[in-house]
Amino acid sequence: MSIMTKRSTWALPYAIFLLLFVALPLIIIILYAFKDSSGGFSLGNFVKFFTDADAIGTFALSLEVAIENTIICILLGYPAAWILANKKLNRSAVTIVLFIMPMWINALMRTLATAELFHVMGVQLGKGTLIVGMVYDYLPFMIYPIYNILNKMDKSYAEAASDLGATPWQVFWKVQVPLSMPGVVSGIMMVFMPTVSTFAISEFLTNNKIKLFGTIIQENINSSMWNYGAALSLVMLIIIGITSLLQDNKKEVNGVV
Amino acid sequence: MKKFFAQCYIWFLLVLLYAPIVFIGIFSFTESKVLGNWTGFSTKLYSNLFTGNMQGTGSLMSAIENTIIIALIAASVATLLGTVAAIGIHNMRGRGKQAISFLNNIPILNPDIITGVSLFLLFVFLHVSQGYVTVVLAHITLCTPYVVLNVLPRLTQMNPNIYEAALDLGATPFTALKKVLLPMLKPGMISGFILAFTMSLDDFAITFFTRGTVGLDTLSTYIYTDARKGGLTPELRPLITLMFVGVLVLLIVINIRAMRNAKNSQR
Repeated sequence: MSIMTKRSTWALPYAIFLLLFVALPLIIIILYAFKDSSGGFSLGNFVKFFTDADAIGTFALSLEVAIENTIICILLGYPAAWILANKKLNRSAVTIVLFIMPMWINALMRTLATAELFHVMGVQLGKGTLIVGMVYDYLPFMIYPIYNILNKMDKSYAEAASDLGATPWQVFWKVQVPLSMPGVVSGIMMVFMPTVSTFAISEFLTNNKIKLFGTIIQENINSSMWNYGAALSLVMLIIIGITSLLQDNKKEVNGVV
Repeated sequence: MKKFFAQCYIWFLLVLLYAPIVFIGIFSFTESKVLGNWTGFSTKLYSNLFTGNMQGTGSLMSAIENTIIIALIAASVATLLGTVAAIGIHNMRGRGKQAISFLNNIPILNPDIITGVSLFLLFVFLHVSQGYVTVVLAHITLCTPYVVLNVLPRLTQMNPNIYEAALDLGATPFTALKKVLLPMLKPGMISGFILAFTMSLDDFAITFFTRGTVGLDTLSTYIYTDARKGGLTPELRPLITLMFVGVLVLLIVINIRAMRNAKNSQR
């Protein structure tokens, strides 16, 4: 056993790598966020954010768009996942592959194709196209985890419920939906987090008319407003942190392979 | 009847989801510069793409090249680093193990823009000039956690006695590693590599923030700049089409093989 135990030192290179490229960068974000441009400690960046009606408005809009997108994805995606996982309604593996495949394709490419189609159809780019385009982009990320959990679900729970006199409707709402909640939660994570933080996608889908929070972060960083950009990133990190509290710590990340 | 409605719903969603791609695919077979304007069937855009003979868009070829090379380097380094790390983490106990697993999850949970901004500020802070090397380092940061998470389960499922037996039978630790441990970890390493490779291929935000100002483009940043300029380079149409068809065929083959294997093992 001694040799196996010594193997723990093998994690050392990666531990150093993680400290340098994961922990340190996050600390630096915090450092920059609490500094003014001259380098002294300051809360000015946060004051600036919370008193700037434009920035707050964009922030609220980003949250609104992300929440709407997530809700639409659940409403459209849950029935689809349920049908795909139901052997009586769907036997074809091809449809499942078709739903999963977009996850493997560059998101910018897919968004661009969508935006071009809107453009050719003469649809005015704006909030409507933003939401529709985002649903296009992220629906597969909602369907896949829900499908996964429904597919693995022990069928005997549903059978037991109907043997005990539950109507099919009750079986669905009282047994299958609660049991599939972990899938819904990982779906929410996979849809909400990227939508709330996106920047390029929203620019494509609205022709730069609507700015989301990610775009402001990018603009500030690119115009060398590093301290303000870092403060905005910190605000987003807090949102992400709150969202991930939704999820159990023990949840394993869904490998796509 | 219920089945009919279910199938209708599924195919309705699929038609909607795939409409933009089918549209791009159709218009990849015409020469017109403006999308949606059919000027007769032609495969010129495809031949342009392969010969690299494009009007003022020669950098598309180098963007494709960069994307693939960066993904190969990042995925290979991530597989090596991640596998060694997984063996180490597997043999760790207590706080250290918790801490490293926590840090390992951060790049997965963090939105790309935060990872990108944080690495950008790191390189600014350390006065590292940004370019190819920083992009590769950033991609390794993004990819390695996925390798670790794919290799670790193989280690926990493994019977440690097999490795011990090899040592008892006189294998040096190195031989035992090469002949016993690595073959058992191989499936996890392969799926980790594939996942890392696709993560790197798909990445936009992290590349965008860490590529500096040296004019380095990957496919994603190329598309981004191109689309903002207004008017999509026509050769992107066949490229998007080919990538879709390629991935679709690959996934269908993988899935059919997986289903066959499952059937065979049932017998």
